[in-house]
Amino acid sequence: MNFDPRFSGRKFASVGTRPIRPDGVDKVTGRARYGADFNMAGQLVGRVLRSPHAHAKIRKIDTSKAEALAGVKAVITAKDLPDLTDGDAAMYDILDNCMARTKALYDGHAVAAVAAIDAHTARQALKLIVVDYEVLPHVTDVDEAMQHHAPLINDTVFTEGLEEKPVKPSNVTKRSQFGHGDVHQGFGHADFIVERSFKTEQTHQGYIEPHACVANVSSDGTADLWVCTQGHFVYRQHCAQLLGMEASKLRVTSSEIGGGFGGKTHVWAEPVALALSRKAGRPVKLVMTRDEVFRASGPTSATSIDVKIGARKDGTITAAEATLRYSAGPYAGSWAEIGAMTAFACYRLDNVKTVGFEVLVNRPKTAAYRAPSAPMAAFAVESAVDELAKELGMDPVEFRIRNAAQEGTRSSYGPVYGPIGIGPTLEAVKAHAHMKAPLKVNQGRGMACGFWFNFGGQTCVDLNIGMDGSVSLAVGTVDVGGSRASLSLVAAEELGIDYAQLKAVVADTSSLGYNDMTDGSRGTFSSSMATISAARNAIKILRERAAQMWDIAVDDVVWEQGHAVAKGEKHGNLGKLSLKEIAAKSGTTGGPIAGHSELVADGAGVSFATHICDVEVDPETGATRVIRYTVVQDAGKAVHPTYVEGQYQGGAAQGIGWALNEEYIYGKDGRLQNAGFLDYRIPVCSDLPMIDTQILEIPNPNHPYGVRGVGETSIVPPLAAIANAVSNAAGVRMTHIPMSPPRILAAIEAEREG
Amino acid sequence: MVEVTLWGALSQLAGGRSKVEVEAKDIRELFRKLAEQYPGLEPWIDRGIAVAIDGVIYRDTWGKKLPEGAEIFLLPRLAGG
Repeated sequence: MNFDPRFSGRKFASVGTRPIRPDGVDKVTGRARYGADFNMAGQLVGRVLRSPHAHAKIRKIDTSKAEALAGVKAVITAKDLPDLTDGDAAMYDILDNCMARTKALYDGHAVAAVAAIDAHTARQALKLIVVDYEVLPHVTDVDEAMQHHAPLINDTVFTEGLEEKPVKPSNVTKRSQFGHGDVHQGFGHADFIVERSFKTEQTHQGYIEPHACVANVSSDGTADLWVCTQGHFVYRQHCAQLLGMEASKLRVTSSEIGGGFGGKTHVWAEPVALALSRKAGRPVKLVMTRDEVFRASGPTSATSIDVKIGARKDGTITAAEATLRYSAGPYAGSWAEIGAMTAFACYRLDNVKTVGFEVLVNRPKTAAYRAPSAPMAAFAVESAVDELAKELGMDPVEFRIRNAAQEGTRSSYGPVYGPIGIGPTLEAVKAHAHMKAPLKVNQGRGMACGFWFNFGGQTCVDLNIGMDGSVSLAVGTVDVGGSRASLSLVAAEELGIDYAQLKAVVADTSSLGYNDMTDGSRGTFSSSMATISAARNAIKILRERAAQMWDIAVDDVVWEQGHAVAKGEKHGNLGKLSLKEIAAKSGTTGGPIAGHSELVADGAGVSFATHICDVEVDPETGATRVIRYTVVQDAGKAVHPTYVEGQYQGGAAQGIGWALNEEYIYGKDGRLQNAGFLDYRIPVCSDLPMIDTQILEIPNPNHPYGVRGVGETSIVPPLAAIANAVSNAAGVRMTHIPMSPPRILAAIEAEREG
Repeated sequence: MVEVTLWGALSQLAGGRSKVEVEAKDIRELFRKLAEQYPGLEPWIDRGIAVAIDGVIYRDTWGKKLPEGAEIFLLPRLAGG
């Protein structure tokens, strides 16, 4: 990478301003095209048949009657998606999840699919497919799945990471451990110890737009896929591998996205739509229903976590320990591992140990959900931290400040921190007016901290300067949270032109090199690096063209505030040349002017946040109302502060839903009982107060502007902040998320009964 | 020569050692030498390992130099949302 990513401390003209979002008008007028808004001539309707059983052997599938139905153009089963994964276990799991092969592993697992001339015919065809199941015992609870007598979901799984190689298969796929020091010794030095067990239920990202795609496979083997995704290049790789295609023969175009939050980082319907199109010889549109999204896309883990923290009378934590059990669905994952890494990341600890267990259950394959696994770990740890502060008689903010990690602290997951923002977020919270606002009867205040890593990754940007001086920016990371606006600001900053001169688009997979998906809060972090690099490459050409126009040496030309300037006494009479003037002459000075960049953005800075929450709990009904909420988070540098605030507010809103209401409820039969927004309650506007935000800017030393990712950290503290607030309001420690009215009432009654 | 700290699962594959010394100038050479010295690590390297150099996490820049005396930690390559 011929690009210096180090923070330069420059002053900004465009970055940090708040121009109107470029996709706003289309989105509020209904012109924006989402996954289901695309249509092709002659397209068929795809529908998927799903297992009604949580765990069942598939003895036989008879599709003959469905195939014979008039209007049905293709019926597929796992036979039409043969295993081409060549020993790649992770890809095999994705394949099996797209279409069950020998066993249905959860309620909703796809077993067959049809393409028909209309939705009615497709539904009729599904009813004509006969699946002969042998129903097997199932397990959906994370703790039960770890028991020795639990039904085995995959008898080829032997736990990784144990000191001795296990001789029996297990639902626990992996044990992981992090930490340093000696926790036993540390607890020996503690005057107070808090030890608690916590549970969190499985939740869905709750994106408003369901998974949707249109696939068109041509008879020459090339294909197009229009799809709602967080990463069209990743979808291309996965689909090409699963269907045995060359990646370059599959062009994937990403639509606008109505929310992803990690849930649109994996393929589910797309390989099925492509296989249907390949078999039918016509385009196939496949849109998941809300019921299917809940039952058969990728919710987050359910968890069971034990935490133990000890401290001296002076408020110094002497040791901290956690055991974290995370459900992964029926396929291996690393979700508890992330929880184990993030659990104590906010604190300066001499003795810390975390152990994670990945647990298979008969539920949908777990997918990432915004700082995946961190919110549950933070809920458990920050609840115990709050309780410990109370036992010590210390203010919870002061207790955290005393123990907060800082530059030079060895993190609980291993490395030593560089400059970080946990301390400043705590100091900002301490000084915030919210902390001093009076509370009424039945109201309580809570606060909590959160940590997330943030990532970079492979990124491409093309910057093309038109002959009229306008600039188009083609980026390869999907815009899920405003990156088209932030990247336009960055390009405007580098080129020294007005934001209005730029237009950014997300290019399809045939137009740019490979890009990682928009996850890990990497969209603006990574793509802004590539944009800066592309702009600087374009400036180099602009200087060369100006030198030609003036007939002077290029070394005598510098770029200042959107203009080429001739330096040196001998060029004193030359006026500036604007980007527009140079672009106008580009046809005769060497052709189109562009800057390109293909790079790996690494060195994403870790991110911290501290949240404050006030709630009112009705002791008669157990209902909770959030009455005030404040987010304080380090952004490194907020490129477009309005979008950054939106990310902060969005994470808090999702966290409020998760903390108070959202949960997957399974019946004894292993079937999901609440696969719809009527019974799975996400917060709506009337449930939420205005969420206040405070942006801190502690520059990331590994980005030219100091940018850190901001999209995920905001969902880490809410579960804990709200749990602490509810516990303070209700007078009883809440240990089970969501804190729905029945759980709060039960806790109050249990406390009353002693 | 750099000292590399392994996380729990990797240290088991390196004969129980949580710290190993490797003669490597960059991440690519580090991975190659680790796979040679501890063949059990190779599948993990293939699946993806991140390297923290003085606290900064690198996932893909295998050409990144390993400065003498730097703190080098191997970490799981994580997913984000």
